Amino acid sequence: MPNGILVFIEQRDGKIRKASLEALSEGARLSAKSGKPLAAALVGSGISSEAASLGKFGAQKVFVVDAPAYSLYSSEGYSAALQACAAKADPDILLMAGTAMGRDLSPRLGGRTGWGVADDAVETRIENGKFSVVRPCYSGKARAIVEFVNSPVAVATLRPNVFPQAENPVSAEVITVADPSPKIRAVVKSLESEKGSKLDVAEAEMICSGGRGIKGPENWPVIQDLCDSLGAALGASRAAVDAGWIDHSHQVGQTGKVVSPNLYVACGISGAIQHLAGMSSSKFIVAVNKDPEAPIFKVATYGIVGDLFQVVPALAGEIRKLRAE
Amino acid sequence: MNLIACVAFVPDTATKIVIGGDGKSINETDVKYILSPYDEYGLEEALKVKESQGGTLTVISAGPERTQQGLREALARGADDAVHIDTGDGVLDSNAVAELLAAQIRTMPHDLVFFGKMGVGGDHAQTFAIVAEKLDVPHVSVVIKMEVKDGMIHAEREIEGGHEVVEAPLPCVIAAQKGLNEPRYASLKGIMAAKKKPITVRKPADLGVDPASAIRTVVAKLELPPPRPAAKILTGDPAEAAKELARLLREEAKVI
Repeated sequence: MPNGILVFIEQRDGKIRKASLEALSEGARLSAKSGKPLAAALVGSGISSEAASLGKFGAQKVFVVDAPAYSLYSSEGYSAALQACAAKADPDILLMAGTAMGRDLSPRLGGRTGWGVADDAVETRIENGKFSVVRPCYSGKARAIVEFVNSPVAVATLRPNVFPQAENPVSAEVITVADPSPKIRAVVKSLESEKGSKLDVAEAEMICSGGRGIKGPENWPVIQDLCDSLGAALGASRAAVDAGWIDHSHQVGQTGKVVSPNLYVACGISGAIQHLAGMSSSKFIVAVNKDPEAPIFKVATYGIVGDLFQVVPALAGEIRKLRAE
Repeated sequence: MNLIACVAFVPDTATKIVIGGDGKSINETDVKYILSPYDEYGLEEALKVKESQGGTLTVISAGPERTQQGLREALARGADDAVHIDTGDGVLDSNAVAELLAAQIRTMPHDLVFFGKMGVGGDHAQTFAIVAEKLDVPHVSVVIKMEVKDGMIHAEREIEGGHEVVEAPLPCVIAAQKGLNEPRYASLKGIMAAKKKPITVRKPADLGVDPASAIRTVVAKLELPPPRPAAKILTGDPAEAAKELARLLREEAKVI
């Protein structure tokens, strides 16, 4: 009988992604609750030395597929490698971070194996031995509790920056899994970083976003200055992107990126449903808007009703003062 | 080229969500349905490939009867014909939809199969990959740029902090991201022409698929998110409000 929790660990350039450690920590929490053993699966090239460190977050075993074919991600390659790890680990729950890779890999694995996939979970539960997840839907306007049927393994991807990282040190046994040598037809030729890339919105712990209220692209420096005072990434509403004021890669929202940073500061953003869908699971939300009726205030933790061109520079200054203390 | 675009007909994103009587689905009264926004980018790219390389474009959708309205819209934009997989009032998940789509696509020549990167409503990002695996073809997801040349697709795939440059041979599945193109509106001429274009209706049994046994996940409960406490609103002098906010962020929220 399959029994156990297996967490897929994503790495890029040999560095383990923070979101995967969050998923592993959540796996450890479920393991403690249910008594199921916890293992990790690591796929890449020249990454075996990273495996043992996963014991810090509770992985009792780490299954590793290490071969040149996996130096860059491929859906066919990684799904075959992960399936090979699962064949050895024999889990009934398989978790991974819902990053770009996780959301590409998990359904390919699901198609390959017939295992059910619940994506973008913000909560996981084991009740009476039954695994379920809670996931946002309808642009975050509702939440669904999802259960699995006809699925010997339940696969779930976890939304990044929602689950806390927690150390649960154990000694991890590293187990090499033979390269299944799958055919790989969609090949990544190269990775390109975003030009002039400052912090990427999808990875940032803090984000300051500008919307229609900034009035024009010449005013981005006002928001960027607040970003710099915090070490935050720069985000934008759809209105700002559609107006051509900034590249789509900064867009937060339904048809942009879904983010859940520790702090989200919305400047001159009214808070349309589609924007809220992209940021409402942020831990703390600050809204700066001159319209007291702006819907953004309904989801904010803190709000300032006022002119952002006065408030934002003042806020950047106060933050710099506090941080200098 | 044999082009296919899979589309879903979904509740408009501006819809106010009311939980239905069964506690597992939304109340559909007064809900307006639209083509799923990401699927529009897939459909548009399929139309562009058809225009530049020639071929035929079939749009396919699985869903209840209203789905045909969405297919008519796609035909009006330039698709040649459509297939409606009529699932009646069945409740399906991504795997069941994928099995139906794959079963249908297997009966047709296919060089490129387009999806949106995510289905609005359920907000799942799965169907494209499950279909690709079941058709035993490669896929590229979150595509922001693509070109078809010499039987290969050259694409850029959006990832955190940048993009991957990907190549894959045809046949291939593509999941489109916003920014891949600008979806066109149907012209009046297109709308009139669409009335004559065929929509073939298939039932799951015609495709040899039993939706109930293809389901792998179920929504046990649908609920509204927990209510938020009201925001702490600071008014008055901008400098003082900013100072108080900074203090709250440090002492209360502890984020700086």
